[in-house]
Amino acid sequence: MTLRNADLAQDYVWPDDDLSVIPDWVYTDEAIYAREIERIFHGHTWNYVALEAEVPNTGDFIRSNVGPTPVVVARAADGSINVFENRCAHRASEFCRELSGNARAFICPYHQWTYDLKGNLAGIPFRRGAAGRGGMPADFEIKDHGLRKLAVTAHRGVVFASYAGDMESFADYLGPEVLREFEATFDGRKLKVLGHYRHSLPGNWKLYHENLKDPYHATLLHTFLVTFGLLVVGNRSLMLADKSGRHGVMASAKSDANKLSADAKKEMSAYKEGLTLREKRFMNFVEEFDSPWSVTMATIWPNLIVQREMNTLGVRQIVPTGPDEFIMKWTMFGYEGDDEDMTRHRLRQGNLMGPAGFLGLEDNEAIKFVQDGMRRVPNGSHLVKLDPQIPLGTSDTLISESAIRAMYKHWREAMAL
Amino acid sequence: MQSPTAMINDKRLERLLLHREIEDFNNAYAAALDDGRLTDWAEMFTEDAFYVVISRENADRNMPVGLIYCENQGMIYDRAFAVEKTEMFAPRYLRHIIGNTQILGEEDNGGIRARANYVVVQVLFDRPEAKLHQVGVYHDKFRRVGEQLKLAERRCVYDNLLVDTALCLPV
Repeated sequence: MTLRNADLAQDYVWPDDDLSVIPDWVYTDEAIYAREIERIFHGHTWNYVALEAEVPNTGDFIRSNVGPTPVVVARAADGSINVFENRCAHRASEFCRELSGNARAFICPYHQWTYDLKGNLAGIPFRRGAAGRGGMPADFEIKDHGLRKLAVTAHRGVVFASYAGDMESFADYLGPEVLREFEATFDGRKLKVLGHYRHSLPGNWKLYHENLKDPYHATLLHTFLVTFGLLVVGNRSLMLADKSGRHGVMASAKSDANKLSADAKKEMSAYKEGLTLREKRFMNFVEEFDSPWSVTMATIWPNLIVQREMNTLGVRQIVPTGPDEFIMKWTMFGYEGDDEDMTRHRLRQGNLMGPAGFLGLEDNEAIKFVQDGMRRVPNGSHLVKLDPQIPLGTSDTLISESAIRAMYKHWREAMAL
Repeated sequence: MQSPTAMINDKRLERLLLHREIEDFNNAYAAALDDGRLTDWAEMFTEDAFYVVISRENADRNMPVGLIYCENQGMIYDRAFAVEKTEMFAPRYLRHIIGNTQILGEEDNGGIRARANYVVVQVLFDRPEAKLHQVGVYHDKFRRVGEQLKLAERRCVYDNLLVDTALCLPV
């Protein structure tokens, strides 16, 4: 293993050691992808797996993933939430096939090996054989053959798992600034799940992080953001990066787009003068958060996005499936206590998001375009040079790529490349 | 042999005509979307229409989130306008195929409940294959506005839970 790592570090050399130029192999290479699974998703990270509201009762479970690895998230009788691999300890069968449900135990359909809600092996058929013949060896210990279990933590109703046994607390993992924004969305109210979106995306998984550490694009690509003043040059805004560089929060306070300067309008070709909606309520912002921001997009390394776009709320889970593709699972939510009007408002505003959202579909298309560009014109590199005054980390201008550079500082450390 | 008047009064014939009328409606609906005439598409709904594109996963669990969620015709017009004038996505061709039309019943207010299966096939310009982009069922309520049938509700429940990249155009 050490030898292989040494080889990789020789073969993959970051050009000029300069974080403002990212080589394509970061996004397209199978060996790099395999190392990311090992060192990032299966490494020292807290991976989002579920909302507690999805498994409220004993026996409730959902299928989830840590990196590409399928896991089951289950609530046991003692109230604990347990995360274990969805892979039978006997013959590797991915035994749980339902998206969600309620079970007393998990029984692999192939040979009926049975596991409890914590992933312990509870029983196997014909352990002693039949009529004194066959069966397991005498020294086979049931307790040694449970499912592979992950460390679990939950914060304000959001559940994370890790392959690492020595993880710091979730609060320490986020750092105080990102934690504050996390807790502005997960403010202690109980969550109410409103539904899911699922989509595949033919791009490298890191591009999704980068897209949300790139406020520059938001002011240019998204007519809806720009024209309705949600995220435009001149707004009070912040592109926050934590000390490590791995997490970030893009934040903006809504303004009146009519007050944009003529210069700013000219630069933002996405600004459409006179665009109005028939449904005026669509862009309403009902103030409900202890935060100066009307929009925050938090990128929690390595697989979670927390979306608070005015009143439409959701978490997005990245499930990488190869260097050139990932799956995204969105869980949209409101709060218990929302009345019918508020729920409908969240649902109406949800038209901004997801794979058919006015913002979401554009992001997905743009990420596909980037991967297409790399695959069809290979061996190139990307420029992330904006805002050189801030080499790495937090910036309060939208015309900045300093948070992307900070992420790659962390990535290179984690990957030892 | 029955007289012509008796024939017209035959309930079975009435149902046949209505069935054909709904099929014609769905054919025109598919044509409007396939041709990219999204304003024409929006005009096929009543003012108070509800239109949603929702996964079978959400629908089965009584969860309301939809890929597209419109509570009235204004929002349907807004969707049409946004797609035509503001949204960035790669150019594509679509074919909507609608079949298995069933009339499920009539309501006291003159509403007609119906369903039909649909598939949407998508062609991107740089790939040889026409891909099955959506497969699902329309759960519909039709109402007459003047002489014309309009949709008072169309719930598009799709089976392909994992959407390929993006749903850029309505279903």
